[in-house]
Amino acid sequence: MTGATRATSQGPERVEGRAKVTGTAPYAFEYPVTDPLYLHPLRSGIARGRIASIDTAAAERVDGVHTVLTHHNADALNPIGDPELAVLQSDGIDFRGQLVGAVVAETPEIAAHAAGLVDIRYERLPHDSEFRDDANIVYTPDADASPMLAPDLERGDVDAALAEATHTVDVTYTTPPEHHNPIEPHAVIATWDDDGLTLHDSNQGSHLVRDLLAPLVGLDKERISVIAPHVGGAFGSKGMPHGHVALTVLAARRTAGRPVKCALSRTQMFELVGYRPPTRQRVRLGADSEGRLTATEHDSLEQTSRFKQYAEQSASASREMYASPNRRVTNRLAALDVPAPTWMRAPGEASGMYALESAVDELAVRAGIDPIELRVRNEPEVAPVSGLPFSSRNLVACLRQGAERFGWQDRDPRPGTRREGDWLVGTGVAAASFPSLLFPGSLATIRHESGGKYRVEIGAADIGTGARTALTQLAAEGLEVPFEAVELRLGSTEQPNAGLAGGSAGTASWGSTVVDAVRAFRAEHGSDPAAGVETTAGAADNPDLGKYAMNAYGAQFAEVRVHADTGEVRVPRMLGVFAAGRIVNPRTAHSQFLGGMTMGISMALHEHSVVDGRFGHVVNHDLAGYHIAGNADVGSIEVSWVEEHDPHVNSVGAKGIGEVGIVGTAAAIGNAAHHATGVRVRDLPLTPDKFLR
Amino acid sequence: MKPFDYQRATDADSAIATVSRDPEARYIGGGTNLVDHMKLGITEPGKLVDITRLPYDSVESLPDGRVRIGATVRNSDLAAEPVIRQRYPVLAQALLSGASGQLRNLATTGGNLLQRTRCSYFQDVTTPCNKREPGSGCSALEGWNRHHAVLGASERCVATHPSDMAVALAALDADVLVAGPDGQRTVPVTELHRLPGDEPEQDTVLRHGELVTAVELPSLPLAARSRYRKVRDRASYAFALVSVAAAVEVTDGYITDARIAFGGLAHKPWRATAAERALHGAPATEEAFRAAADAELAEAETLRDNEFKVPMTRNTLASVLRELTQQEGS
Repeated sequence: MTGATRATSQGPERVEGRAKVTGTAPYAFEYPVTDPLYLHPLRSGIARGRIASIDTAAAERVDGVHTVLTHHNADALNPIGDPELAVLQSDGIDFRGQLVGAVVAETPEIAAHAAGLVDIRYERLPHDSEFRDDANIVYTPDADASPMLAPDLERGDVDAALAEATHTVDVTYTTPPEHHNPIEPHAVIATWDDDGLTLHDSNQGSHLVRDLLAPLVGLDKERISVIAPHVGGAFGSKGMPHGHVALTVLAARRTAGRPVKCALSRTQMFELVGYRPPTRQRVRLGADSEGRLTATEHDSLEQTSRFKQYAEQSASASREMYASPNRRVTNRLAALDVPAPTWMRAPGEASGMYALESAVDELAVRAGIDPIELRVRNEPEVAPVSGLPFSSRNLVACLRQGAERFGWQDRDPRPGTRREGDWLVGTGVAAASFPSLLFPGSLATIRHESGGKYRVEIGAADIGTGARTALTQLAAEGLEVPFEAVELRLGSTEQPNAGLAGGSAGTASWGSTVVDAVRAFRAEHGSDPAAGVETTAGAADNPDLGKYAMNAYGAQFAEVRVHADTGEVRVPRMLGVFAAGRIVNPRTAHSQFLGGMTMGISMALHEHSVVDGRFGHVVNHDLAGYHIAGNADVGSIEVSWVEEHDPHVNSVGAKGIGEVGIVGTAAAIGNAAHHATGVRVRDLPLTPDKFLR
Repeated sequence: MKPFDYQRATDADSAIATVSRDPEARYIGGGTNLVDHMKLGITEPGKLVDITRLPYDSVESLPDGRVRIGATVRNSDLAAEPVIRQRYPVLAQALLSGASGQLRNLATTGGNLLQRTRCSYFQDVTTPCNKREPGSGCSALEGWNRHHAVLGASERCVATHPSDMAVALAALDADVLVAGPDGQRTVPVTELHRLPGDEPEQDTVLRHGELVTAVELPSLPLAARSRYRKVRDRASYAFALVSVAAAVEVTDGYITDARIAFGGLAHKPWRATAAERALHGAPATEEAFRAAADAELAEAETLRDNEFKVPMTRNTLASVLRELTQQEGS
């Protein structure tokens, strides 16, 4: 890291930092339990059809095998509308790698060995697993089934505006499937006893897991405990429980109280815990001679699975980003015989803003206008579609400050003209935006222990973001006590209900809950409370919800070098400048932005799950084949943010920061690669072969 | 993973006898490839004979100028050997471009030579693969074959050999010393690995029970200015799309000797003899470099996803030769 990264050393260190770096913080699989058994999943070898027969005799004969579970002997689960959780309920096969059984044994090795001895025969049906131009079933997603859905948008006359525009671009971008690969794989320990069910589970929200599983297995919520003190990353893949959790729960029902441990392998995770769906996006922009947009059209086709719809609306990135009197935005889905996609860091925005911000760069090149200037000229006064005022919008400040810090003013706009040794050098910029969300329904308990010590409990999840630390800070600040006087407990259904660690809404949602609960505590117990008193309260309703458009913004700058002979692409330098409301903890916030940008480099240069349509599986399903940016791929990343006071978003004034860091990064890198080479690559990732001459 | 026996060899003869007698027995060195295969179900040995305690762990400079590298010398140690860094930089560079620091600390010279292809279909027992299961078909031929062979492949197999080290050894004309139940023999490294033909399951010419004991580098003064260039999808920890090992000698602007091998292009480290012939006596110019590449690549047959390897190889060879000959001239 070079440069004066702003305020990185400020803010308390992570509360659990020492435990994590010394290896004493327990993750889900490591939780100490007595006499556990180990589960190895059985997975489908075909993409569509049914199981004709499944012979478990050889596996059952292996010493140390406790149970072989299949759809023949698994308990019934109640239908709750999530086909992913309805494991072993029928002989049907909806995708390759689907869970079709489990071996439970005394050791993981025995379970894996025995799993290989189960003989499964299939009746195959034709399948279609390859996302293509002519993908077989294209449809408009169902609004009821997709909370992230925005319906098609048609404003003005896009076709007429395009016909009259001085400058136009009409370009199609594609993004591949990408898989979350958090450091901690998905893992769960399930234990049934007379009191009910206990799960040690790596997740983004223990209450959500509990609330979904309770009806599935027919237990009262109170009889299920879900515990996740530390979570080693998720990126959205742990937002909803996946099939392996239900499978482990089913298996543990047969072990007379012995815990059952299940940790998915990397390869299994490529089929069982979701992914970012591939997209094909056509963007048409029209502008007048000054570069002011007169027409914006963004049509996106994304993959979903036939057995479970997921829609993330990548084209929606173009709804409110820039002023444009004429606008058409459509999102379509292609349903395939594949695993279900799910949220992956900035779902929709990461893919959609890649296409939009690349197309804007193409427009700037065509119009001969500096890409920053072009964006500034298209700043909307109010949110263009809803007409709402922005609670705060400092995109222009991000672009201007970033330009100054990055040295943009010296840039020669001509592409393919700078060379240093064997390397072609270019720079690029892109804007970033991510909605500032607030998940309602969280509660926090504030308890005065004694002597000015407080315990704060909220069932939030710290998936590595620093939530535990930021919430401790906010509680200490509200209580007007030292940071060390607050003990914060989270990560479990033993604590009050809390919303998901997703949508970058954690600090905003839980933080305002803690802040408002502290206020309620003081109102009830005063400034000198007795030992043992406590208050449980939620956040007050935000009166400004629905009255303002609320988003975090950013500007991403990249320097890219492309080897003139080999096409290798390097990113020696990046800068991100963000406007994200109040930054509660500069130290952990810096890490979040840095991580998002690193993941953006990875998205731009490397990540690509390759599907083999014949089998319906991801071919490169391990970390040797699926490339993620490594240390050597990441040069200097500088992060800073503009001062922003936003009284409308929530009582903390914080906007989400986890996801806005990835948005725009891939476009900035693609734009810089074009500037370096004159070659415009419109299909991620930017691999060396695409720049070869 | 199937249960297996494990024993640690204390002398070579008994290790060779043990493995030769038992068709299910295998030698294990660093285990960086074999253990993966056991976990993935690609191979299920009944017995592992650990050879890492055998006295093959040193690098010796021989009186006649050759260098002998013991089979159990670790890749990271070999890359750090002064004699290798000074006299055979191409080998040190190749070693350091392979895998990750952690893997190089365990991987051995003998094991590196004998590592198997990383073809995704070979590594996935749920897909057909002639190399893993003879006669089952080649999934890569019509599948995702971005990393696959453009030279010397067959209809049965289009996999590439993954080693970087072996490419450098091929350019250096190294010999492989092998001990077996019938005694010792020497195999030129360029003849150790096989092209797939009709028997892609046979990676090398070694027979069951034969043990690699050492690699010998010839005395080769021009290797002191040699280079390994690896082109890959990310800056570290990735297999080569294309790699070039090269050493050249230039006199008065003309190439008098050239040793060139390619990685990432074939089922074996590819000694580029046609390119060498084309360069011999040619002027050290860009045109000659590219003509040499074209001479070697004339026979290239590309697949759906790997057409880029031809221009990438041409450009990379030209880049390496440019660098070596400019260095020579300065």
